[in-house]
Amino acid sequence: MTAAGGFAVGMAALDRLMPMHLCLSGTGAVLSAGPTLAKIAGAPLAGGAFFDLFEIRQPGGIATPGDLARRAGARLYLNLRAVPETGLRGLAMPLQGRGPEGGGQENGGLILNLSFGIDLAQAVRDHALTDTDFAATDLAVELLYLVEAKSAVMAELRDLNRRLQGARIAAEEQAQTDTLTGLYNRRAMDRIMAEVAAKATPFGLMHVDLDYFKQVNDTLGHAAGDHVLREVARALRAETRTGDMLARVGGDEFVIMFPGLTDPAAMEVIARRMIDRLSRPIPYRDRDCSISASIGMTASTLYDAPDPDRMLADADRALYVAKRGGRAGVAMHRPKARGG
Amino acid sequence: MHGLVNRSIQCFLRDTYGPGCWAAVARAAGVGPGGFETMLHYDDALTGAMLDAAAGQLRRPREAVLEDLGIYLISHPGPEFLRRLLRFGGVGFADFLHSLEDLPERGRLAVPDLDLPELKLAEQAGPGRYDLICRGGPPGIGHVVAGMLRAMADDYGALALVDHAGATAGEERISIHLLDSRFAAGRPFDLAAGPDPARGSTPEGARG
Repeated sequence: MTAAGGFAVGMAALDRLMPMHLCLSGTGAVLSAGPTLAKIAGAPLAGGAFFDLFEIRQPGGIATPGDLARRAGARLYLNLRAVPETGLRGLAMPLQGRGPEGGGQENGGLILNLSFGIDLAQAVRDHALTDTDFAATDLAVELLYLVEAKSAVMAELRDLNRRLQGARIAAEEQAQTDTLTGLYNRRAMDRIMAEVAAKATPFGLMHVDLDYFKQVNDTLGHAAGDHVLREVARALRAETRTGDMLARVGGDEFVIMFPGLTDPAAMEVIARRMIDRLSRPIPYRDRDCSISASIGMTASTLYDAPDPDRMLADADRALYVAKRGGRAGVAMHRPKARGG
Repeated sequence: MHGLVNRSIQCFLRDTYGPGCWAAVARAAGVGPGGFETMLHYDDALTGAMLDAAAGQLRRPREAVLEDLGIYLISHPGPEFLRRLLRFGGVGFADFLHSLEDLPERGRLAVPDLDLPELKLAEQAGPGRYDLICRGGPPGIGHVVAGMLRAMADDYGALALVDHAGATAGEERISIHLLDSRFAAGRPFDLAAGPDPARGSTPEGARG
């Protein structure tokens, strides 16, 4: 026997080399089936008719042994009719029989080698397959390993992401800074005011509210609005001292605390300067954004026992008075009587 | 050091000796209160400090602690995942031993940045006698591997003698004597265990 004429392989060897093979006669009868294929079928396949036992899904139009022989070498997608949920793929090639001169000659029979499709893990689960059901050369077990390793690593990463997400939320909750302007946020302001009030340091308080900011946002968009807020923060910083505390407490509202500054006249000078500066047009791309500001003020010396919440409410009320007097106004809180 | 390694040591100490032991070791070695994350990397020195602290805390030689760590990694129900990944290596214990040379590649398939020591199996004179050479791992890795091999022999139901046979110049040698590969039933191993996605039981969080 020569390589050119082909080799004969015993059934036991074929079962090991291709545990999912099928040998068909020229009339489509199953002559032999590999042990793994028999295990999946759950019933003996040898002796049955191939097209009774199997359905070829792709390519279409293969319904007879002749059709199958003509598609020799093409990849087939098929399944056992008894277990349609287990997808198989395969390849059919002609078998050789002994010709009159002893050489190999096609005898009309076919050999098919099958394997599982992409749903290998499901097939292994459904049919309780083990290592020994696969050829030693088959990478099926490595694929199962990868599926499992991937799932385990994904689970770890999911846990890690969940913990990081929790940490991020906690960090945000503890944040003291307004990310847009870099000024303090409301939480930081509450904390600092409480500290200053507890130390009995006299201080002045301003509540700054932008005028016409909504128009900027509405006509030029949020990017322009954000730009304006950053410029306002820069302007307020320029008009205050290092030790003054600046916070953005709402969309376009700012609170400024001036430790050691309680004189209404001095505070008004600063407030006017701020409003003048904020009333200058702020360039954004090729447009100018025009805004202004109104400011309500109060000072801790106006109270017997300065309470931050109450002072903020009074500054807010003064702001309302300033706005009522026209835009770009300044108003100082007026206690009804000393101590109130 | 890969967080998987540090986290394994953390879980080993916590599961075997209790949270108090782990807390004491973490404090002594300067590990943060949250412990280790499996998917991050840490300074190698931290791993060494942690093992020294564990040996001190447990009053046992570092080698013995490492060997117990190896046994824990395979036999404790917690990290079942590792035992399964190793069982994919072979049908029987001998087959598994032959697959060990692939282990670093196998590890990298799962976790690309995981550096495992190079393993080389050499058959020795006499049936069932092997030497396994570990090369390029952190010092003491041979003791962990020896512990894992002992536990894997039990897992396969094989009777085997596994001993750390010394270290030379970056190499650690483990001698294995497989006496009976079918000594006991061993633990069952299904190729496709775990949640069955087609039947509806997805792991927690997979939907979101």
